[in-house]
Amino acid sequence: MAAAMSMVTSSSFTFPSQGLRLPTRSHPCMKPQRRIMRKDASNVITATYELKPPPYPLNALEPHMSRETLEYHWGKHHRAYVENLNKQVGGTDLEGLSLEDVIIVSYNRGDILPAFNSAAQAWNHDFFWESMRPGGGGKPSGDLLDLIERDFGSFERFTEEFKSAAATQFGSGWAWLAYKANRLGLENAVNPWSSENDKKLVIVKSPNAVNPLVWDYFPLLTIDVWEHAYYLDFQNRRAEYISMFMEKLVSWEAVNDRLEKAKAQAAEREMEEERRKKEEEEWKPTNGDDDDEGLEMYVDSGDDSEAE
Amino acid sequence: MAVRSLATRKTLTLGLNSTRLTQSRALQTFSLPDLPYDYGALEPAISGEIMQLHHQKHHQTYITNYNKALEQLHEAIQKGDSSTVVKLQSAIKFNGGGHINHSIFWNNLSPIREGGGEPPKGSLGWAIDTNFGSLETLIQKISAEGAAVQGSGWVWLGLDKELKKLVVETTANQDPLVTKGAHVVPLLGIDVWEHAYYLQYKNARPDYLKNIWKVINWNYASGVYEKESA
Repeated sequence: MAAAMSMVTSSSFTFPSQGLRLPTRSHPCMKPQRRIMRKDASNVITATYELKPPPYPLNALEPHMSRETLEYHWGKHHRAYVENLNKQVGGTDLEGLSLEDVIIVSYNRGDILPAFNSAAQAWNHDFFWESMRPGGGGKPSGDLLDLIERDFGSFERFTEEFKSAAATQFGSGWAWLAYKANRLGLENAVNPWSSENDKKLVIVKSPNAVNPLVWDYFPLLTIDVWEHAYYLDFQNRRAEYISMFMEKLVSWEAVNDRLEKAKAQAAEREMEEERRKKEEEEWKPTNGDDDDEGLEMYVDSGDDSEAE
Repeated sequence: MAVRSLATRKTLTLGLNSTRLTQSRALQTFSLPDLPYDYGALEPAISGEIMQLHHQKHHQTYITNYNKALEQLHEAIQKGDSSTVVKLQSAIKFNGGGHINHSIFWNNLSPIREGGGEPPKGSLGWAIDTNFGSLETLIQKISAEGAAVQGSGWVWLGLDKELKKLVVETTANQDPLVTKGAHVVPLLGIDVWEHAYYLQYKNARPDYLKNIWKVINWNYASGVYEKESA
């Protein structure tokens, strides 16, 4: 009996080992990977992720965000995340993955692996620099403004809610505007906005390194509320920093670009869903069909089909 | 400060008769404790600018918000509003924890000329050697764990009263040490929120942790240890 249990037909399914569908979304600020081989006396180091500078000089956001802040925030904090990430990823399974894939995999359904903090923070800071621009602030327009008014009532209400999220994220973290058009059944995390309502703008806040990629949302805008982001310029006055960010720094152009990509991705996914549904329809077994090679079957020893 | 709280208690007893006392207890509110030293007295380990902001702004804000949350909790309890009672728990943990932790922290520090940095003697010194091998080893361990805290939090030397041993623990955000074990008593806590060191040390948290030992008040920790292990 025991021996028979191990008889398995050779044409069996291989299920993906983790059941995670890795998103391969191309993000506007993702650099293509570059492999740099460096040899030192003891071993070969492969650095795959690079520190990208902000899209403006370090003093360009003055007087609102000082050059000194950028020098430390980008030059020390962000740089350290990238360097640590390379050290943590080198020689592991994660090597060679895109940054977003490292984030999703190392999030590990909330039971985070060591590389997560470095990977997510590297990504978050890239995204943060690109969320600002010299002479920023003001109001969005076009589709983006329409959506904001649809989902928050008015631009003013949106601003209040975003500022409140940023002010009430206790400890270190981030506040986000994101586009939610995702599959409700998340394999990797609990969806914080699990209503049926999809294709809408949402505001979320997250602790430490967590970002909305882990919930499969499409981030549109972020503000860093770790103390290092504002302490040199504002000390404990986080609310002032947040207001300054909204009034003087937000790059609505960047947010707009991202929204377009988010909508395109949502449309693509819808089409994929349709295609997949159609395929499943075609797969449904019709009665009396012998052709079920795709199914895995355990053959019972009592069954005399293969015994002799 | 002492006079003010006395006055509050007096007015309460005058205003309430015994039946009302059992129905509604007065709410004790909290106020910012004075530092036992000047803001600049811990220099150069911790700058006067940081000490002043840390005490007058950060700690005060925790107290203000803690009092507010307690008032709302008091009301909600009296009304039997369970939903609000539960909803307030995180605000109480953040702000109450912030008040608890910082109150301990000010006592954990002391100017060099008042004994800051002097190694612990007596029973705590002996316990440290027994539990960790040496004071240097303990210091390395606390510094390493403090540096490794992701985001905001604290690193602690605690006494586990049940297991009767010293432990090194970290807590996130303003979680007090008791969240790591009902029987764990804080002897020494070091704030590793960025506000505790940023203006002076910027991103170099390990440097802050290296220097703070020069002003750590082991006398206070010893006192707590002796009392709690009696």
